[in-house]
Amino acid sequence: MSELGIQVIDKSYVNPADKTAKHVIKDLKLNLGHNEFVCLVGSSGCGKTTLLNILAGLDTQFTGNIELTPQHLQPKVGYVFQNPRLLPWRTVKENIQLASNASTETLDFLLQSMGMAAEKDSFPEHLSLGMSRRVSIIRAFATDPDLLLMDEPFVSLDPPTARQVRALLVDLWCKRPHKVLYVTHDLREAITLADRLIFLDSQPMSVITEVAVTIPREERNKEYVIEQFRQQLFIDYPEIIKLL
Amino acid sequence: MPLIYRPPILALLSISLFILLWYGLASYLDSATLPSPLVVTKVLVNEIKTGELPYHLGKTLYRLVISFSIAMLLGCAIGIVLGRNKPLDYFFDNWLVIFLNVPALVTIILCYVWFGLNEVAAILAVVINKLPNVIVTIREGTRALDTELLELAKCYHFGKHKTLRHVIWPQLHPFVMAATRSGLALIWKIVLVVEMLGRSDGMGYQLHLFFQLFDVASILAYTVAFVTLIQGIELLILKPLDKKAQRWRR
Repeated sequence: MSELGIQVIDKSYVNPADKTAKHVIKDLKLNLGHNEFVCLVGSSGCGKTTLLNILAGLDTQFTGNIELTPQHLQPKVGYVFQNPRLLPWRTVKENIQLASNASTETLDFLLQSMGMAAEKDSFPEHLSLGMSRRVSIIRAFATDPDLLLMDEPFVSLDPPTARQVRALLVDLWCKRPHKVLYVTHDLREAITLADRLIFLDSQPMSVITEVAVTIPREERNKEYVIEQFRQQLFIDYPEIIKLL
Repeated sequence: MPLIYRPPILALLSISLFILLWYGLASYLDSATLPSPLVVTKVLVNEIKTGELPYHLGKTLYRLVISFSIAMLLGCAIGIVLGRNKPLDYFFDNWLVIFLNVPALVTIILCYVWFGLNEVAAILAVVINKLPNVIVTIREGTRALDTELLELAKCYHFGKHKTLRHVIWPQLHPFVMAATRSGLALIWKIVLVVEMLGRSDGMGYQLHLFFQLFDVASILAYTVAFVTLIQGIELLILKPLDKKAQRWRR
């Protein structure tokens, strides 16, 4: 049982033209509960990818800290990038194994759960985009991370494929729960997936409001339930309309 | 596809045409300066039988392999470092330009003058001639590395060794192959000059000898043997390597 505290006091870029600092994130505080699925919703360009890169340890030029409590540890991160980022010269299986020390049983279980068992020896260039995305999700789960980061992993998939992979993701997450931070600007998708929604304002990034999604998981395949919740959100929190 | 259009048949036809043209021209001119393919073949067979040709070819091949390996290994290492490190790259860029533009003959003469007429000087001269080319090619490849994949490696803690082997090396492969091919073509020419100027064995030495004797048939026989050998390296070593490394492509 652990919680994750994220505190980014300042993250800024220096504008090369006039040497002024541009604050991308300022005084942002987020907390993730044990195995909580949180969706970050905000307009594009609000710095979500910057935040994820900080959490993944790819960007260390910031002030603040990211810590698991009560252990005071840096979280181990599994990152599902916006592009699948598979090594094209390694097979599906090799791509997953290179990133993790997962046992063969875990690997087979994950491949099976995401419907990729038949493709484990294929090279990524022979896969469709939807399949590549699935492999990228398996790779992140295989590392058994403290925190799963997902950066709009279903963007540019056609709706039926996106729905299918999203369902696979939820199934897998229910079997192997982890803390998830999922970035999207699709509110319906966020409601379908999340335990909690966090709406973000941009420049600098800050939290507008947080909403718990109270719909039981088994109800979430019903489109009208999602739609109803969405409409109610707009009534209760009119300030989020400008984000979407 | 009709049989005649198949690549091996086409290759066979084209090489036959080349030999036929050579034969025709040689019979027409009827001169000692252009012996016919038949005469050259006879000389070739004879030289192989006496063991002369294999000995000198072996010497040249040995120098080629040693200097090529050193130039490639060193060139890849330096190229990767320069491609990944901007300040170092700026600093050594001028050196590279200088070495790229020093004529091969000058390096060879200087090596012999400074280090004596010995094997080390000969190999060093070849390496110095080839090295800047490898460095420049590999540096370009390193600059073109995909940052997204490097981020992936960092995020999933691949570590130095895994990153090099699984992320960087496959991306550099086409550049390494380009450096290998251009390198082979360049190195064997330089090796011959090195041998001609300061060694008493090898192809270059032999060719020089034949030149003084005006023995064109022997010169052509050695050339045929050498071209065949280089083609053999391409077909038996480079092509299969290429094929293996490219198997993931659609």
